[in-house]
Amino acid sequence: MRKILITGGRVIDPATRTDEHIDVLLADGRVAEWGTGIEIGDEAITLDVDGAVVAPGLVDMHVHLRDPGREDEETIESGTAAAAHGGVTAVAAMPNTEPAIDTPSWVEYVRSKETPVAVYPIAAITVGREGKNLSGMAELARAGAVAFSDDGSPVAGPTVMRRALEYASMVGLPIISHCENLDLTGAGVMNEGLASTLSGLRGIPAAAEEVAVARDIILARTTGAKLHIAHVSTAGSVELVRRAKEDGIAVTCETCPHYFSLTDDDVRSYDTNLRVSPPIRSAADLAAIKVGLADGTIDAIASDHAPHSIEEKQVEFDAAPPGMIGVETLLPITLTNLVQSGTVTLERAIELLSTDPASILDIPHGTLETGSRADVTVFDPDWAWEVTADWFRSKSKNSPFIGRTLQGRVILTISEGKIVFEENSTAGNDSGEAQAEGEHRPEELPVHA
Amino acid sequence: MGWTRKHLLGLEGVGRDEIVAILDAAAKFREILDRPVKKVPTLRGITIVNLFFEPSTRTRMSFELAEKRLSADTLNFSASTSSVKKGETLRDTARNIEAMMVEMVVMRHPSPGAPHFLTHHLDASIINAGDGPHEHPTQALLDLFTMRERIGDLEGKRVTIVGDILHSRVARSNIWGLTALGAEVTLCGPTTFMPVEIEKMGARVSTDIHEATADADVVNVLRIQRERQEGGFLPSLREYTDLFGITAERVADMRPDVVIMHPGPINRGVELAPDVADGDHSVILDQVTNGVAVRMAVIYLLSMVRAVERVEESEILAEVGL
Repeated sequence: MRKILITGGRVIDPATRTDEHIDVLLADGRVAEWGTGIEIGDEAITLDVDGAVVAPGLVDMHVHLRDPGREDEETIESGTAAAAHGGVTAVAAMPNTEPAIDTPSWVEYVRSKETPVAVYPIAAITVGREGKNLSGMAELARAGAVAFSDDGSPVAGPTVMRRALEYASMVGLPIISHCENLDLTGAGVMNEGLASTLSGLRGIPAAAEEVAVARDIILARTTGAKLHIAHVSTAGSVELVRRAKEDGIAVTCETCPHYFSLTDDDVRSYDTNLRVSPPIRSAADLAAIKVGLADGTIDAIASDHAPHSIEEKQVEFDAAPPGMIGVETLLPITLTNLVQSGTVTLERAIELLSTDPASILDIPHGTLETGSRADVTVFDPDWAWEVTADWFRSKSKNSPFIGRTLQGRVILTISEGKIVFEENSTAGNDSGEAQAEGEHRPEELPVHA
Repeated sequence: MGWTRKHLLGLEGVGRDEIVAILDAAAKFREILDRPVKKVPTLRGITIVNLFFEPSTRTRMSFELAEKRLSADTLNFSASTSSVKKGETLRDTARNIEAMMVEMVVMRHPSPGAPHFLTHHLDASIINAGDGPHEHPTQALLDLFTMRERIGDLEGKRVTIVGDILHSRVARSNIWGLTALGAEVTLCGPTTFMPVEIEKMGARVSTDIHEATADADVVNVLRIQRERQEGGFLPSLREYTDLFGITAERVADMRPDVVIMHPGPINRGVELAPDVADGDHSVILDQVTNGVAVRMAVIYLLSMVRAVERVEESEILAEVGL
């Protein structure tokens, strides 16, 4: 494997509190050296990134790869290629596949593929995600699961959730809870508020999420287990997590780009790509999410990448399945709607997208510290561009951001020392070796071999 | 003309002038309905499909009659006897129908936004004949027409809508139309039937039937569906009637010239007492007659917009030598 020297960039690594214009040398899949005037031999290539930001590879702790079961919508290969395209070098894959990831052999299946970026399986909390019997958490952990979740189907029974938290704490892994009281959700398909009243679409009250968040926080306190709350969407949930953290309860949480970028008023267009679970909330919720991201209440931004076929989405709004793709737009939306707007600093954004999710899942990613895995995302924070359906490498195109202009774009993704995405390179030809031969060399990245 | 829209999806955002244009046109068609020969040749050669995904007798009949009075060719499609039962998507159903070269689609569908969805996939003009609890614009227009017929200009007039506002497309379309014409709207019903933040539509909310109707010029009574009791919205229909039912006794406390309306079908003895439904204040059957005239007006105005588009198209084609 050739060495890579990244020069001319602004290196931001929150884990080591670094924000400097220095060079980074990658060798043997590791970060070898930082500094200026690094000596390289003939075996290294130099990538001059000319003022772009050099960050640790992003970690998307909440994606749906649809494999096994719905390979028409996404596969482990296509989903990870999309991740590389989005500057994401590690994804945690949710187990709501068909069948569910609830046995060691299915965990091994998810890990068995040749992928451009790292894939970490999340296994089901309960067998078949049915909310009844606990999955074999110890053997699932041994097979490589990094957390447990019945995402998509909340664990309805408080006793099952309590036992799951107790058992998972013995295994040493977190429970990722999809907090939703389905009884309160009822037949709802969008946020309950003025927008649902005007659109005639049935509303899902914020309480449907908050009742479940409160329950799980109380159970986390009871059990002392590690609880991570998925896709926080309401002001009330942010406040519950804030208080829990003040009380010293071991709770972390994530939100998704759509919850700080869109409001339920947008849903009045009846665009089925805006149907998502939990639903896109009100402007007041959006504001509270931003505060939570800035003050540390919210620990991570994850995409909840949820591919759906055109056929599934090209229906009446209330007949469409919830979910939108997002692993590729995770960074640009965060830069546009959090960093450009001044809500958080660039360093905090990288912490939310890389350092902290890696730490929650306890996986070896999220830093550029010398000796760590050579996962690097290089992006131009000023590049304004319009999202088009063709741009996505996911098998599915269900993004409500198509047609919108975003500011900031990934120009280079390196996973374990290999270039897995380079702007202007062709899809499916993203290996570091091919790039080193000088094909599809973009002007933005002059290479001096 | 005052009307330039290709579709009628709802009354939200429809301005005062546009509504007046429809009501004025409807008044002319209303005269035709009193003639011995109630038919005009206006829409000869135009084909209209009534696409009904939900059972409806009166709305479908009213549209069909309006279409026939205008000499349009009409097709009726109902979900219970169609390919929908075989799993066909709305998009495919609609595109198949359009392939038969129809100019206009009148649709009733249980999903809010279904008519908006159609506008993205069809070239035909779409009339929303009710999309779930969202809107039912022609019902509101016939209500406005009937009110105007009885009490004149609606500016400053007080209209109270009573009943299940949460599930009512009639209520939503009425609020938009009434507020556009300057009426003061009060909504009255149990708290479980009030959609959140409904007052932001510009209506006042009350749970006191006496207070809500005392000064009203018009009381529009909505149907209470019996299944709402099972949905947990009401303890019992008896209690609903006790708190909100429009009885002769309650009408006696209202203005002497109060107008009582109901979009039908009536649950006699639940939301409306039989003697009130059939009494002097009731204009319920006028609403039905006026419905045909209003729908004729809507169909006519939408088809005129299409005709104008066609003329412009043919002028363009002439310019390029075709």
